This record gives sequence, C-alpha cells and structure tokens, in this order.
Amino acid sequence: MATAMKQRPAETDLIQSKENQQQNMVLHVKNLEIFYGEKRAVNGISMDIEKNSVTALIGPSGCGKSTFLRSINRMNDLIPGARAEGEIIYDDLNILSEQINVVALRKEIGMVFQKPNPFPKSIYDNITHALKFAGIRKKSKLDEIVEESLQKAALWEEVKDRLHKSALSLSGGQQQRLCIARTIAMKPTVMLLDEPSSALDPISNAKVEDLIVELKKDYSIIIVTHNMQQASRISDKTAFFLSGDLIEYDITDTIFTNPSVKKTEEYISGRFG
Amino acid sequence: MNTKTADRIATGVFYCIALIIIAILVSLFYYILVNGLKNISLDFLTTPSSNVRAGGGIRDQLFNSLYVLVITMVIAVPLGLGGGIYMAEYAKPGKITDTIRSCIEVLASLPSIVIGMFGLLMFVNLTGWGYTILGGALALTVFNLPVIVRVSEDAIRSVPRELKEASLALGITHWHTIKTVILPSAFPTILTGIILASGRVFGEAAALLFTAGLSTPRLDYANWNPFSATSPLNIFRPAETLAVHIWAVNTQGLIPDVEEVSSGAAAVLVLSVLIFNLLARWIGSLIHRKITATK
Amino acid sequence: MEKVSSAKDRLLKSGQDWLGGEFRGKALVILCAVIMISATIAITIFLGTKGLQSFIKDGISLIEFITSKTWNPTDKANPKYGTLPFIFGSFAVTFLSALVAAPLGIGGAIFMTEISSSWGRKILQPVIELLVGIPSVVYGFIGLSVLVPFIRENIGGLGFSLLSGTIVLSIMILPTVTSIATDAMGSLPGALREGSFALGATRWQTIKKVLIPAAMPSLLTAIVLGMARAFGEALAVQMVIGNVKNLPSSLLDASATLTTIITLNMGHTTYGSVENNTLWSMGLILLVMSFAFILLIRYLSARRKL
Repeated sequence: MATAMKQRPAETDLIQSKENQQQNMVLHVKNLEIFYGEKRAVNGISMDIEKNSVTALIGPSGCGKSTFLRSINRMNDLIPGARAEGEIIYDDLNILSEQINVVALRKEIGMVFQKPNPFPKSIYDNITHALKFAGIRKKSKLDEIVEESLQKAALWEEVKDRLHKSALSLSGGQQQRLCIARTIAMKPTVMLLDEPSSALDPISNAKVEDLIVELKKDYSIIIVTHNMQQASRISDKTAFFLSGDLIEYDITDTIFTNPSVKKTEEYISGRFG
Repeated sequence: MNTKTADRIATGVFYCIALIIIAILVSLFYYILVNGLKNISLDFLTTPSSNVRAGGGIRDQLFNSLYVLVITMVIAVPLGLGGGIYMAEYAKPGKITDTIRSCIEVLASLPSIVIGMFGLLMFVNLTGWGYTILGGALALTVFNLPVIVRVSEDAIRSVPRELKEASLALGITHWHTIKTVILPSAFPTILTGIILASGRVFGEAAALLFTAGLSTPRLDYANWNPFSATSPLNIFRPAETLAVHIWAVNTQGLIPDVEEVSSGAAAVLVLSVLIFNLLARWIGSLIHRKITATK
Repeated sequence: MEKVSSAKDRLLKSGQDWLGGEFRGKALVILCAVIMISATIAITIFLGTKGLQSFIKDGISLIEFITSKTWNPTDKANPKYGTLPFIFGSFAVTFLSALVAAPLGIGGAIFMTEISSSWGRKILQPVIELLVGIPSVVYGFIGLSVLVPFIRENIGGLGFSLLSGTIVLSIMILPTVTSIATDAMGSLPGALREGSFALGATRWQTIKKVLIPAAMPSLLTAIVLGMARAFGEALAVQMVIGNVKNLPSSLLDASATLTTIITLNMGHTTYGSVENNTLWSMGLILLVMSFAFILLIRYLSARRKL
C-alpha cells in the first residue's frame, strides 16, 4: 500500500496551510444527523470539504458514508422516512433547508452512481437530456457541450464516430465515463461519486481514477470507496466512517501512514470491515 | 398403500388435471374455429345484419366493437396512466393512498352487469343521452380503469431505480423525469397491458347491454361527419357490438340462421382476442429489443 | 463556472417553480386519482339509493324480498317480490362452480410449480392465458349450442339447468383460480420443499403436508376471487340456465340467478316502476356481495402475513 501511495503524483503543493484551507472550503458540514425512520444512520458529524480537491469517504459497509454522500444533493429525499438534521452549508446556504429548490441544487451538486446508469438513449442524448431541460435548445451549443464534456471525461476519442448509437452499446467503463460526462455537462461545482468504479474491470477502473484526478482541477470531488488503494491513490483528504460516526478525517497521507485513531489503523490495515 | 405408490398416483392425477385443462381449451377452440371459420366470408364481414331474415352479416357490429374500443381507450388510457403514475410516483403511504387502493380494488371487483347498471343510471338516464357509444365507452372505462392503473403502476415501479436517480441527480424535475425517462422505459410493458386489456374490452357485453344498446341505426359509411345521425363516427348513436350481437341473436333473435351467425361472430371475436394477445407479445418484445439493442 | 447570481437566487424555492411543469404534472395525476375515487363513490351512492327505492318508496319489505319464494311482479292485484330463488340460484352456481374449479385450478397450479415446470410454462401457462381471453358470451354460446343439448339428450331434463350454468361458470373461473393459485404456490420459499425432501418425504407428501397448508390462505383467495367472478357473471349463465322463477329442486332443473333476472328484465320494464326498482335492489345485492368478497379477500390476505 505504501508503494501505491508513492506512485501518486506529488500533491504536497496542494496541501496548504490551515488558514488557507478555511477559505478554500466548498461545504461545511455541522452536526449532521441522518435518520431512516427511527434508526439513526449518521450520528452528528462535522467536517469541511475542500474546493478543487478529492475527498474520499471510507469505512465498512453500512457505516453511513453513502448515506452522508446522498444527503449532500438531497438524493435521500427519495427514500420514504429518511430525514436529516444539522447543517450542510454550501455557498452560505443550508442545503438541508425546506426552502431549498432541490432541482436547482442538484444541477450544482452532481452525482455519479455505483452502477453505470446511462439512459436507454443515444450517447448524444444522454448528455443533452438534462441540458435541453435546462433550456439549451441550440444545436450548435449542444454539440459544443457534448464534445467538451466527452473530452473532459476522456471518452471523446472512443465515441466521437458513434454519438448517435445507443449508450447501452458501450462497455461498463465507457458507460461510467459517459455518466461522468453527462454530469460534467451540467457544469456542477461539486461532484459526488458513489463507488464509481467498483462495478468495473481493472483497466476501466484505472481510467476512471485518472479521470477523477484530472477533474479536480475544475470540480470539488467527494468519492465514496470501498477500495483503500483507490482512496490512497486519488484523494487529497480521507474521512473514515464507522457505525455512523466520523472517526478520523485528515490528509490522505496521514490517514494511511500515521492515523491518530486506533480504529482507523485497524481498518486500513484490513483487520476488519 | 405405501408412500411411493401414493406419490405415483398423485403425480398421475396432476398430469390428468393438466390434460383436462388443455383438453378444455383445445375443444373450445376446435369448436369455435371449425364451426365458425366456415361461416366467415368477406360477405359475412361486410353485410349489415338482419333482424328477421337469414344471411345477415356483422359489418356494423364489427365496426361498433372496434369504435367503442377506441373511444374507451381514448378515455381510459390517459386516466389510468395518470392514476398509475400517481400511485407509483407521488402517493405517500397513508390513509389517502389506502383509500385509492381500496377504490381500485372495488372497481376491479364490480361485476360488469353492475357497471352496466351504473352506466344506465348515469350515462343513459341522468345525462338524457339514451343508448350511446359514448355511454358504453364510459361504462367500459369504469370496467377497464383498474386494469390500466395496475398495469401502469407495476410497469413504472419496475423501471430500475438507477435510471430515475440518474435523471434526478442531473437536476431534472420529478415530472420531467417521469415524462422523459420513466415512461419511455415503462412503455413496452404498459402497451402490452393495454393491448391485453383491449382484448377484454372487445369481448365485453354485459356492461354494454344497457349503455350502448342492442341496436344500430342504418349507417352510411361514406358519411364521415361525426355529428350526423347516420355517420358511423357519431358517438351519440346506439351501437350493438359483436359480443352483444352474439348474446342478442341467441336469446332474443328471430333470425333462422342463429347458429351460423353466432358461430361466425364468435370465431371473429375469439380470433380478434387472439390477435390482440399475439400483438401484445410481439410489440412488447419488439420494443424491448429496440430499447435494449446493443447495436 | 462563474455564478453571477447569488446562491439565494439560484437555490431557494420561488413562486415560479410552482408554475412550472412539476406542478401541472402533479395536479394532472392527482386529478386522475380523484376521478377514480369519485367514480367508486358515485357507483356506491347511485346504486345504493336506487337499489333502496323499492323498500323506501314502494314499501316492499326487505325480509320478504330476500326470504320469500314467490316472484310475481306482474300480478296486478297481488304482486309478489320474493327473490329467494334468484339469490339461491346465484349462490348455488357460485359454490358449485367453485367446487369444480378449485381442485382443477389448484391441481393445475401444482402441476405447473411442482410437477413439471417446463411443460407448465410452455403449454399450460399459454392455455390459461387463452382461456382468460375468451369472452363470456362465447362461453355462453358454446354452452347453449353444445352443453344444453348434450345434457338434454344424455342426462335428462330440458338441458337449461343449474348444471349447465355450473359447468359454464366452472370453465370460466378456472383460469382465474389457476393463475392466482400458481402465483401462490410459486412464491412459497424453496426451503420449505428442501426441508421436507431432506426429511425423506415424497413429493406428494411434501405437497399435501407442507406446501398446500403453507399456501392455504392464498389458495383460498384464489377460490374466493373465482367465486366473485362467478357470482357477478351475467350473460353466459343467462344463456344456459333457463331463467325460471321457481326454486330448483335438482341440478337438472332450470333456475335463475340475480344477474340473469336483471339482464333479462331490465330492458322490458319501465324505468321507475316497482318491478324495475326491484331489479335495482337485486343490483344492490350484487354490489354488497362484491364488497363482501373484498372483505373476505382482505381477511385472507391478513392471515397470510401471520
């Protein structure tokens, strides 16, 4: 695991002083609690998420990390009985508030899911689907955004000759990059990735990881992952969750080489989970 | 008797039961088709029926059946689809949803004759329309609505959750997601269900006796003005459908060739239902293939 | 991604959102749901008030209506409105046809799920679906032209009889019973079978001692749904049962049911007359019975959850 970290591009220049970081935050989570009915899935966590960086959420299954991720763009609203207390501050607004227009929120905080879920439409339509709804009608503009997003998702070269073929004809890895591309097309600020490469083969996985590192230039990325090598390879900061608690949250290097909590060390060294 | 023997006897009995069921269907179809097909000719399908003389056809009844079906579906499909969308996407668990579910259950279990009586009260007497195609279609809508609601609700619920989440996560409203992502995915299943329901509507008679009536005015097929009394398209005229015709000639008819006319008409009816069934399967698989096409 | 407008403008709900498609769409589907509720309520109220008129307005005694054996509404001097023979007829054909269809339907279901699922799926399943598709007037017509003469010549009586009605209804409800029973048997956990086979039970012992008892509430639901269909069926029965107003004394006697009397007389009686009103009261009995069947099915499905 240590060698895996060494292979990572040097990121020390990205890690700034504490004061700088405070101004460089995109999300502030304060005492967030999430309930499914009576059951509490997330127990009052607080953390700040950095702009233009990759934050990894790790922990065993059922630890609350995905629940937390899904609360950031209010996808938990879809689950009957789910409710959140506390605050997630984004752009000076508590996005958990009743007053928030979740539709507008999800345009700015996009999400990519574990299983590639392209629409059963053409590659082109997968990307323009949400754009058209957002009111962009001009063909030239749409073409431009489609190309740009596919370029950014490193998919353009592979699909540029078959944009109007069904998205379901793509391989799993390509489908997942298409899903990333269609999220990019909405020009979000934050991208939430829920185990985006766990369903993919190793080569596709590597491509998606490279892409994530590339994307942090433009976006703030929060990624849930079961794969600790992946967290250590691509993330700047890592948060370790256990049974709904945030156990430790620090710079990825520190978490993986010198964690301050015993539980973290046990988990990353594979003793449980 | 040892258990092995008992097991063998029981297995034999179950095979017999299966064979009996198959034999019932085969003999029914054999009877309908053998007796019916020899009475079906182009002439039979294109001549109007006669009240007293032999040699009448089923032209108007066939047209009426199709027309009543179309009008019914024009009303029932949007309503049922809307109800299905509501139940699958908007209804929250609670009293109101339970009430609606009970209503669907009640509507689904009403005998069709009772629906016909309600139609008589509402669409014939209360509105003062008399026996009309529209009244028949509305009664059949009541009869058909629960089926379409269920079919659409089930179809919408079986759309993968991932697709819905994908659309919502892109900042698309719930309604637009329903229109552009969920309904297209659920469409083949819904269409299959609607076509199967059409078969049921096509053969329904009891709900139509007191609503669309037992007679058809003299129709002029060249008259396409839907407001003219002799136009086949007029929805405010009485219309005897094929299924009602079979019942009427058998129970109150005066024509000498009852057997020929009704076996021909029965064959047409059963063949139509068969076609609806096959069509539903074929379209379902066709669209399914097109949507999940890998090329 | 320069955001010109402030977060408040972009992210807070505003009145405009509610004028958009979301609101219209939701209103539309709620309207559909409301129409369904209204239709159900309207049916209950309209048929309820209309059906009660013969008791309220025409002063017929409810007790007499459902217990008297004499139906003679056309006797000007002394009309009699006893519907017992029709109520009896309805229940008789319903129970008798369930008695025939239940073993066949459940047997067919067991054949499909336990004995030969490949045959079942390939042949029996489509057979059942085709049987569902045959319109009831066609069943009635075949009953009239094959069954009635057959009974008249080989068994006795006029042919138009309770027996004919029962046979026609049995065949009509067979697919209902079979398909629901198949679902019930198919949804039993596989562990039940494995557990029983592991104890050395034969297939028949497993079916009899384990599977049928486990599926019993659902199997009863299947039978009740079949009975509900039989009770409400009108035209097919009307074509073969003979429609006489007397209580039958044997299976070969002609008889009548509530539905057949309604079907037969609704057209020839004057709307609003006493005789016509009694037909609506019979319709009300059908409505009440269909509520009763629903309650019975609910009771059975509540037992299934235990």
